[in-house]
Amino acid sequence: MLGRRLALDPNVALRPEPFGALAYHYGTRRLVFLKHPDVVRVVQALGDHDSVAATLTACAIAEARWPSFVAALSALADSGVLHEPALIS
Amino acid sequence: MSPRSLVEQLKGGLDAPICLTWELTYACNLACVHCLSSSGRRDRRELTTAEAIAVLDELRALQVFYVNLGGGEPMLRRDFFELVTYAVHNGIGVKFSTNGTYLDATAARRLATMDYLDVQISLDGVDGPTNDHVRGVGSYTAARRAMDHLADAGFGPFKISVVVTRHNVDQLDEFKALADGYGAQLRVTRLRPSGRGADSWAELHPTNDQQRQIYHWLLGHGDGVLTGDSFFHLNALGEPLPGLNMCGAGRVVCLIDPIGDVYACPFVIHDEFKAGSVRDPGGFTHIWRDSDLFRDLRQPQSAGACASCGSYDACQGGCMAAKFFTGLALDGPDPECVDGHGETLLAAAGATAGATPRPAMDHSRPGAQPVALTRR
Repeated sequence: MLGRRLALDPNVALRPEPFGALAYHYGTRRLVFLKHPDVVRVVQALGDHDSVAATLTACAIAEARWPSFVAALSALADSGVLHEPALIS
Repeated sequence: MSPRSLVEQLKGGLDAPICLTWELTYACNLACVHCLSSSGRRDRRELTTAEAIAVLDELRALQVFYVNLGGGEPMLRRDFFELVTYAVHNGIGVKFSTNGTYLDATAARRLATMDYLDVQISLDGVDGPTNDHVRGVGSYTAARRAMDHLADAGFGPFKISVVVTRHNVDQLDEFKALADGYGAQLRVTRLRPSGRGADSWAELHPTNDQQRQIYHWLLGHGDGVLTGDSFFHLNALGEPLPGLNMCGAGRVVCLIDPIGDVYACPFVIHDEFKAGSVRDPGGFTHIWRDSDLFRDLRQPQSAGACASCGSYDACQGGCMAAKFFTGLALDGPDPECVDGHGETLLAAAGATAGATPRPAMDHSRPGAQPVALTRR
């Protein structure tokens, strides 16, 4: 997971909320809860970096917390909120 | 992590609804005996196209992800397609409920070209007699015809929306097979004693044994069947059903009625649960964020008579609307409490024949329904 290049799926809208954010996938019509503001920050930054690890570093997430982020991002990838963008030359 | 659980956070309310129900018109060609909004005749005060567009602009600004459009029969509005198109072009997904009468081949082809659009065809029996007993003569045929049109037009997975009653609870497997046959999705929801349902609930609502049957059927089908999270009162029976285990009224959902009045949820069209009108200064946004009613609903609610029951955390005391329109206390058991506490109270109340609250408005067509309701 840490080496993967991920980004927010273009079919997903993020709405900030006090607990984090709501993510709605217009394709699957699924609503997903992002339960921490830091997860929201990371998700929004994923598209600007080549890997999950690079994103976590850029967002100043302490390495001790990385396992919980890997779990959260894996779940978001499984639900289609995150996708692997096609490499653009 | 934040100290409060997600459900507790949601109970405290969100900056905007996750989704909302918007009944576009009180006009309807049918006269279903359980109609939540007592629909039939159009109301002259219904929102104009310009007013409806202004509401959609507000919803877009609030980032409301989707609206559930209903009625009445929403396709009876002349600007139906205009409003739907405007919504989806502005990133507001549309799920609309229809009885299918006006969903002809042309409409089906038009709907099939639109993104962010879901169609729910209401059907309350897998055969004509069962369905038409509740929804009226000819309604089964009309609904099936609409489904055929959607299938022919290649619409994709539309939804078949079923209100579970005493008479169709044994048909759940057949409903699922019907949906599967169309490549459709089955959605089952709870019967509420709201609108004309106040008069048909006693006859139609599932028995206590049937509640258990519904629970186990839903548990067995998991995410494969949609429920609008409407059966959380059954969670007292054991393992929770999929979805949010809470009442979302005024917290994560609400209702806009055809004349622009905003209620806590689609099942409580009554002054006691009216938060304001989209026509008031500040519009919908002000109502959602600052109305006294919605602020109250977001405060911690008392478990009342249910406080000593071990199941309260699971069932949350059930549905506010079901309690209100059966005359039960809002901080007590649901009339369909699986432990029978609601039935006991209803039986006791029946002995004193107390008056139950009546719906705020009745747009039923004269003569189109079996039981006369109190007029405004």
